[in-house]
Amino acid sequence: MSAPELQGGLLLRYLWRQLTSMRTALILLLLLGIASIPGSLFPQRTASPLKVREYFESDPTTARWMDRFFLFDVYGSPWFSAIYVLLFISLIGCVVPRTYHYAREILKRPAPAPSSIRQFEEFQLVTGELEAASAWLEKNRFRITKGEGALAGEKGYLRETGNLFFHLALIVVLVGIGASSVFGMRGEAIVTMGERFINVPTSYDNFAPGRFFNLANLPPFSITAIDFDAEYDEVSKLPIEYRLTTQVTTNPNSTATGEIVRVNHPLTFGDTRVYLQANGFSPLVTVRDASGVIKFEGPVPFLPQDSNLSSIGAIKVPDMQPQIGFVASFFPTAARDEKIGGFSASPELLNPRLLMSIWEGDLKMDSGVPQSVYRIDTSEMKKLDLWSLGLSESYDFGVGSITFNGVVPWVNLQVVKDPGKTYALLGSIVAIMGLLASLFIRQRRIYVRQVGDQLEIAGLPLNRLPGLVDELANLRNAIEKGRI
Amino acid sequence: MNQSSWAYLSNDLIYVALFTYAIAFFVYAFETAFSVRANSAESASRIDRTTTTRSNRLGTIFFLIATLAQAGGVIARGISAERIPLGNMYEFSITGSLTFALAYLVIGRRYDLRWLGLPISILILIILGTAVTLLYRPSAPLVPALQSTWLVVHVSAAIISGGIFLLSNTVASAYLWLDRMERKGERSAFAKRLPSLEILDQLSYRLVALVFPLWTFAIIAGAIWAEAAWGRYWGWDPKETWSFITWILYAAYLHARVTAGWKGRKAAWLSLIAGSSD
Repeated sequence: MSAPELQGGLLLRYLWRQLTSMRTALILLLLLGIASIPGSLFPQRTASPLKVREYFESDPTTARWMDRFFLFDVYGSPWFSAIYVLLFISLIGCVVPRTYHYAREILKRPAPAPSSIRQFEEFQLVTGELEAASAWLEKNRFRITKGEGALAGEKGYLRETGNLFFHLALIVVLVGIGASSVFGMRGEAIVTMGERFINVPTSYDNFAPGRFFNLANLPPFSITAIDFDAEYDEVSKLPIEYRLTTQVTTNPNSTATGEIVRVNHPLTFGDTRVYLQANGFSPLVTVRDASGVIKFEGPVPFLPQDSNLSSIGAIKVPDMQPQIGFVASFFPTAARDEKIGGFSASPELLNPRLLMSIWEGDLKMDSGVPQSVYRIDTSEMKKLDLWSLGLSESYDFGVGSITFNGVVPWVNLQVVKDPGKTYALLGSIVAIMGLLASLFIRQRRIYVRQVGDQLEIAGLPLNRLPGLVDELANLRNAIEKGRI
Repeated sequence: MNQSSWAYLSNDLIYVALFTYAIAFFVYAFETAFSVRANSAESASRIDRTTTTRSNRLGTIFFLIATLAQAGGVIARGISAERIPLGNMYEFSITGSLTFALAYLVIGRRYDLRWLGLPISILILIILGTAVTLLYRPSAPLVPALQSTWLVVHVSAAIISGGIFLLSNTVASAYLWLDRMERKGERSAFAKRLPSLEILDQLSYRLVALVFPLWTFAIIAGAIWAEAAWGRYWGWDPKETWSFITWILYAAYLHARVTAGWKGRKAAWLSLIAGSSD
């Protein structure tokens, strides 16, 4: 019967049977592999948004077409989701009905020995008694079915069990991954040394809750950043260690305890963890108006641009009339080069320097359009001056003055709530155990049949692991000894 | 000895290994060329096999010396950097090709793999040559994100499974080559020394079955490390994606063999495709 002839429920059943067939599952598995290739060839929005923007800038038409096929969001795209949802259903449809079937198989004794066992492997004749063979099989923990002058023994049932557990565990892993994206959250916050991060949505610079994440589930912890240490290799200037010293409270009433956060060593609050992701510098500046009144004071986080922490940033002073903005670069170890101009020679604070252009006009902070804290739109502003400051230096730019008081480090903390993680991990462990069992446990049957005063013995390996020859030799020995 | 002299010793040993592998390669090539001369059974029976056997043994001795030098180089590199030498692509290549060489020597003791000496020494020469010329980095400590026990576990497991997958692919290639030869007619006298198609087919499958769980474990260990370092255990970066694709292809290969009963040519091609994604 072909598909178009079928009606309604029959058609559904036909489709279901097609979807859950082993062949379809395999094809879907291969498709999933192929479908994940483009994601490794083109930049992905989630991983490298800047590179995606470059694509759009260099060739907008192609980029727009690529975007229509979700080539920059492969792993969140409808076609990728379609494949894995189908695979997931197919896997369930494939495995769950089998669980019942296998469970019965696993509990069963082997089928009795067939009337002729000549066609099986390692067929041989031994002189001896059936009882000796039976005793040997029993001693070696075979499950035995006794027939008329014949024995069938089977061993290695764990192989099927392992196979089953492997596939069930894969379902658990997929459920865990799904649970994380729906019930979890992740967010990032920049915390300057001395500041306190309180875990509420408004503390975040970037907050991405899952669809069913409940805000009440944010654990009520707070982290005060006390000190940040970075250690660098003397020769290569590559970082060796980052270390953030904090005071942590797990809820508003608890007393603070000292904790150290390092890369690879996050803080843990239940299923929420806090990771040390990035670090940079916040120059401490004071801006005064012409009469000497302080209009701005404090640390301003700057955004690192390279491994030596050359940073860019913006100091905005909306309280001055007219408003003043500083478009600035910060170098922890300032150096000059004939060709490229100012740059940073080291990520350590050996010769900190603040370079800036000073602008007067509307900072557009009230326009309602969210703007970057690191940039200023100077298109409608007037440039007053250009200057650079060393530590503790001041500069008077006519309508006011700026003082560079010092530098404090900031860290970027990533907060992740991942409720499905444990299930994914447990699933993976069970999957590996199941895999090992299904690949390395030898499942085999041994048949013994009495013919006159002799015994016929033969084996049936149910998977292709070697060892049957030796096993039958042992059985043969036991039977022959049993006679003596 | 201080750290930089260990680093120099490591570089010297790797060069010695490269040079000795090259000698092993020439000896194996001589052996192969010598045995290929016989192209019919009749002429083969008249050929004195002593030279072939001797040159094969000599090649394997050079191969063994090269492997020892390489092992010394890898260990010295580890001492100089005070860590497991798996921190960058250079260290990954020298350690990875070492496991490949060791896999050949160890598995070659159980199965007769002497005939694989030539292709394997070529592969190792290519890997080591690329490492020394293009990938070399001076010995240095690791950046914080890479300082993780799980990363070491992950990379070690990945390297061992990678080495054995490569060996399995070499066997599968030999299978396809001999299979073509047999379909055209008889095996050449040289090829007659090689194992039967059935043994190659089995060996290639067994190697994959042996390391597939290890590869699975390598991916999981990598995910555990990524979780500790970045707060996400899976982020679809190119390395993660390709390890996943390799896993899927080998999973499909195992299914094809065990469940669908694929054998021989089709299975060998599938394993080669899976291996090329590795």
